[in-house]
Amino acid sequence: MRGLLILWRRELAMAWGGGGGPLLACGFFLCLTVLVPLAAGGDPAGLRPVAGGIAWLALALSSILSLERLFERDHEDGALDLIALGPVPLELAVAAKAKAQWLAVGGPLALTAPLAAITLGLPPAHAPLVAASALIGGLGFALTGAMGAALALGSRRGGLLIAVVVLPLFIPPVVFGAGALERAASGLSPAPALALLAAYVLFAGVIAPFAGAAAIRNAQG
Amino acid sequence: MLTVSGLALARGERVLFRDFDLTLTSGEAVALSGANGAGKTSLLRAVAGFIRPEAGRIAFAGVEPSDARARHLHWLGHLDGLKGARRAREELTFQTSWLGADAAGVAAAADVLALEPLLDLEVRKLSAGQRRRLAFARLIAAPRPIWLLDEPFAPLDARWREAMGVLMQAHLDKGGAILAAVHDPLPIPARTVEIGR
Repeated sequence: MRGLLILWRRELAMAWGGGGGPLLACGFFLCLTVLVPLAAGGDPAGLRPVAGGIAWLALALSSILSLERLFERDHEDGALDLIALGPVPLELAVAAKAKAQWLAVGGPLALTAPLAAITLGLPPAHAPLVAASALIGGLGFALTGAMGAALALGSRRGGLLIAVVVLPLFIPPVVFGAGALERAASGLSPAPALALLAAYVLFAGVIAPFAGAAAIRNAQG
Repeated sequence: MLTVSGLALARGERVLFRDFDLTLTSGEAVALSGANGAGKTSLLRAVAGFIRPEAGRIAFAGVEPSDARARHLHWLGHLDGLKGARRAREELTFQTSWLGADAAGVAAAADVLALEPLLDLEVRKLSAGQRRRLAFARLIAAPRPIWLLDEPFAPLDARWREAMGVLMQAHLDKGGAILAAVHDPLPIPARTVEIGR
């Protein structure tokens, strides 16, 4: 447990310290959501039905930005070898890194999400739902993203590869998350969609650490 | 402490060596020598569990390999595992505490390696030799019996090579063991094992 805490603290410090990754993701997120209404023309009413979907698409894209650094830096400078010889199984180390990624990037993105949703024309009353669903979905993005980042280890142009590997796996959370906002907009309870979103996160939480650790061992060999 | 028997390693399609045997006992240092590309680093990485052997066995006395790798091995390769953008103190704290060192051990390691003046600098400002000393601190601070070293002295000057020799001898005297890939002879009495032809 102590080892996990040590690794987790280091990951958080690196995510916040190394050039403002979280702020970059939030800035990118806001830029995307400001661009869409401008590109779609000045009709907010026309945008409203797809606003939830666009917010979630922007969220998914912003979550990918800093994934390349998650394992690649540690692979390049040898720290991943050190991590593999530590007291914590590699699977748990992957989970710890994903959780730190969630807190460092997913958290700020979830705080930014209500602002982005309002920009897109969603009613301000739904802001808490937007933030909560973005926070749940962000954990799924971080877990699946960590798996994709591990799979892309050692390849040149890893960032692009991560996006291609990970984006298809982001389809379910985007569908469920946007579904929750849509149900809320039409006066229904968002709970079923949120439950599906949470189920995806649990599924990713079981699969991603094992797949990620296997990919790292493969890259180390 | 470590027994390697009938080991065969391959990188891609190329077989590096076959039927390699090695025994490492407590208090012993083994220097692996061989031409570039003979497989010194690959052998060390196989012992550390990073490479799966084609054939043969790597056994640690009294412990399962996975347990040995989590608690009994130190690995110091070409790469120091240090982050250029972080301060030396942060990296020292992470590397040592990750491997289970306590504060007293870290202080002792920093003292014996003369790291104190470096600790407030960013790692990228350190020279290669200073980085190597910083990475070496985890071997001193967190006691683990088997040291796997890959060209440990390449960036160090004569004075520090000698100082490292003293630290390695102290490790052997405490019952530890060292397996090192080297081109120059180790600064301590060591058995040399040739790899490849």
